[in-house]
Amino acid sequence: MSAHAHAVADDHAHDHGHHHKETFITKYIFSQDHKMISKQYLITGLIMGFIGIAMSLLFRMQLAWPGESFPIFEALLGKWAPDGVMDADIYLALVTIHGTIMVFFVLTAGLSGTFSNLLIPLQIGARDMASGFLNMLSYWMFFLSSVIMVISLFVEAGPAAAGWTIYPPLSALPMAQPGSGAGMTLWLVSMAIFIASSLLGSLNYIVTVLNLRTKGMSMTRLPLTIWAFFVTAIIGVISFPVLLSAALLLIMDRSFGTSFFLSDIFIQGEVLHYQGGSPVLFEHLFWFLGHPEVYIVILPAMGIVSEVMSVNARKPIFGYRAMIASILAIAFLSTIVWGHHMFVSGMNPFLGSVFTFTTLLIAIPSAVKAFNWITTLWKGNLQLNPGMLFSIGMVSTFITGGLTGIILGDSTLDINVHDTYFVVAHFHLVMGISALYGLFAGVYHWFPKMFQGRMMSKNLGYVHFWITAVGSYGVFFPMHFIGMAGVPRRYYENTAFPMFDELVDIQVLMTVFAIITAAAQLVFVYNFIRSIFYGKRGPQNPWGATTLEWTTPQEHFHGNWAGAIPEVHRWPYDYSKTYENGEYILEGQDFVPQTMPLQDGEEELQH
Amino acid sequence: MTAVLTISVLVLVAIAIWQMTKIFELSQVKAKTSNSEVANNEDNKNNGYLMFAFLVFIYLLTIFSFWKYSKFILPEAASAHGGQYDTLMLWSFVIIFIVQIITQALLHYFAFKYRGKEGQKALFYADNDRLEFIWTIIPVIVLAGLILWGLYTWTNIMDVNEEDDPLIVELYAQQFNWTARYGGDDNVLGDANVRMIDINKANILGVDESDPNGADDIIVKELHLPKGRKVNFKIRSQDVLHSAYMPHFRAQMNCVPGMITEFSFTPTVTTAEMRQRPEIIEKVQRTNAIRAERAAMGEPNSDPWEFDYVLLCNKICGKSHYNMQMKIIVESEEDFNQWLSEQPTFAETVAGK
Repeated sequence: MSAHAHAVADDHAHDHGHHHKETFITKYIFSQDHKMISKQYLITGLIMGFIGIAMSLLFRMQLAWPGESFPIFEALLGKWAPDGVMDADIYLALVTIHGTIMVFFVLTAGLSGTFSNLLIPLQIGARDMASGFLNMLSYWMFFLSSVIMVISLFVEAGPAAAGWTIYPPLSALPMAQPGSGAGMTLWLVSMAIFIASSLLGSLNYIVTVLNLRTKGMSMTRLPLTIWAFFVTAIIGVISFPVLLSAALLLIMDRSFGTSFFLSDIFIQGEVLHYQGGSPVLFEHLFWFLGHPEVYIVILPAMGIVSEVMSVNARKPIFGYRAMIASILAIAFLSTIVWGHHMFVSGMNPFLGSVFTFTTLLIAIPSAVKAFNWITTLWKGNLQLNPGMLFSIGMVSTFITGGLTGIILGDSTLDINVHDTYFVVAHFHLVMGISALYGLFAGVYHWFPKMFQGRMMSKNLGYVHFWITAVGSYGVFFPMHFIGMAGVPRRYYENTAFPMFDELVDIQVLMTVFAIITAAAQLVFVYNFIRSIFYGKRGPQNPWGATTLEWTTPQEHFHGNWAGAIPEVHRWPYDYSKTYENGEYILEGQDFVPQTMPLQDGEEELQH
Repeated sequence: MTAVLTISVLVLVAIAIWQMTKIFELSQVKAKTSNSEVANNEDNKNNGYLMFAFLVFIYLLTIFSFWKYSKFILPEAASAHGGQYDTLMLWSFVIIFIVQIITQALLHYFAFKYRGKEGQKALFYADNDRLEFIWTIIPVIVLAGLILWGLYTWTNIMDVNEEDDPLIVELYAQQFNWTARYGGDDNVLGDANVRMIDINKANILGVDESDPNGADDIIVKELHLPKGRKVNFKIRSQDVLHSAYMPHFRAQMNCVPGMITEFSFTPTVTTAEMRQRPEIIEKVQRTNAIRAERAAMGEPNSDPWEFDYVLLCNKICGKSHYNMQMKIIVESEEDFNQWLSEQPTFAETVAGK
């Protein structure tokens, strides 16, 4: 099949070998080139990330200094912060939109969208995605959904405020909270478009990985990045449609009077007509996506970390096949664990038992991955570039955050920490911070590939990493204790409960760390923008990597390789491989590119 | 205290930034020789040492947090099943911290030890089936133990049955308050549905007036529970999702409009006994010191506090979600019966209107 694909790709090359006449619009706006689309995804994602993180600072300030007046609140929130004191409704809206933006717009589209687009064609040796047009459509639908989500911030009654999980009836009834009016409608419309965008993207990734690999690129010669993106796309295709159906049914309940999720409601002095629906059904549908979604977020980060870590350790990734197997195991299990979000939802406790079992099983492949990363560092020659630091940081936060999952995944223990700050601390470390570290690792590592060989400043990168690393733990480690003190999440302030009075010091500490950490991201923004224009050009293959993307010229053109697509002869992790006499395979070079045929006397050891 | 913390954090950050700039400068000197954005020997060395320092930071943060914050954690459980819960939690934490300490040490120590040096050769080490088998099988065994233990406890806790003559109590949630209903003399709740709510007759829970079981029901705004008697909660909501969270009893169940959810536990410590516990006395002292400070500054929320069990809403339910609570009082069975007999029955309140 590969050979056939190769032939097709060669034909394809003739279309693209000659430069099209490209206008500004076809090159920069409605581009069908995967490299440009990946940059569009990245920059849109980063802008959304800026909004999402800024929101978190606002509500962290409210938590640390409840009811205090801040001029910044009045400036940014306007009528929602009379005299600079944040309103309780807008607090919930900020929390909701922060969650939505970070999970979907930054860590799904911004992370997976960026690097799947950039790396799938480049690392498998393809001229572009299977369908450049669908790819373009996917990005513009994502852009449209981002715009709608941002617009929803400005509607009169406020944006959606029912939490990012938008459980009905709260999200269904404008009488229950103002944000469930036009704000929620726009939220649902935005997400419906987002889902369509995600599906178009995912189908494209799957088809491209299966069909357009270059000659010699068998599935077991794929870099782990590609495996991660490929499997991520599959679980996206399986689970996102379920969210779409949940959203559609919710739209029906909201606008057309159906009763899928609503029953027996008495609100504001009147009984509503809804009868026979169940909010628990919505929870099942939502988490059928919602749980795989957290793996959609973390798997690409895992793939990126595996690749960046191996390159910079100058060592093969330890246990390549085990890594693939664990990606597959995690992906499979991720679709059958959603019920662990619902242990106390009122569903049958027996079902809870089953979900506890599957949930704790997922710790096994996760543990294998963590151990394999640690072993990859062992006896390496670690090149501590910023990308490498973020990769090591990701393993650290993934372990710290993942371990508390053992408590939350246990239905018994979940009873008392469910929906407390313990959960918030857990998922921010294990999927929020870890996935962001994966994103940063990828940006630092592949920046030269995105921007014509220019590199980001490593020193600013070091400053960015170390402040972020300290700050993230500073925010989220003490947060576990708040949760174990019994503080529920999504509380506008904790002053209504004297038992929480003494926690204010921790809240202040976390908020100070949050502000410092967020400020450190400005270093990244500065570095990113500056490097696009003034970054130093490095060599074609700055990190000494084996994979195919570094065989392409620095200058971008549609089609990636000027001549024929290179053929692949080995797996992507031949770092520091030696002959029996201890000499490197290629003299004076501690890596062997995938395009290099097996040398005389060289054994293909690894798989 | 807040100020001290804030200042110490700022000082630490200032030191960190100062160190950064030093590194920055040092690498600038080097940069003259290698003008590249790829890490050189000096970068590897600096960041290698910082990796080790970061390991120390993680450990110190852990120790600091436990030293300063562990007294904030919820006190020992006040329910019969809470003891099992706390034991399982303790053991899970022991396992977690062993794994955390070892893995973080390995990760950061390796990052320090094997930091790149010119001329250093990495070991081509791609596979080791035995190693991988070991670190697959160890989690399997440990997790199997935790799963079995957890499921055993879960099945016990969630088995809501009518054995041992449980007290039947309805918890009723609405934006943004709680109501409790007792079965009365017959310990049976009358049928209820939101469609039978009649505000004019003060029938706020929609109890069926024609159901004889409901006539002796007792509707209150403060939850009293007898010590040592099993309580079966029947939980309802009239508008949106809420969650009945009773952290001191290790109890939580969502309130779902359209269905009746259940939870059951036996309170084992009365409110009065709880107030005598040393850790609670200390907590109250600490809290009242803060509140006295507020009183001195003329701020709100400064009345002295006395410990009470509390029922919180723990599922986002709207604007005043953060203040949806009900006081819980656990007392001896005699006191409880005394209190209950003083409350008007449903028939009395409806007739009275």
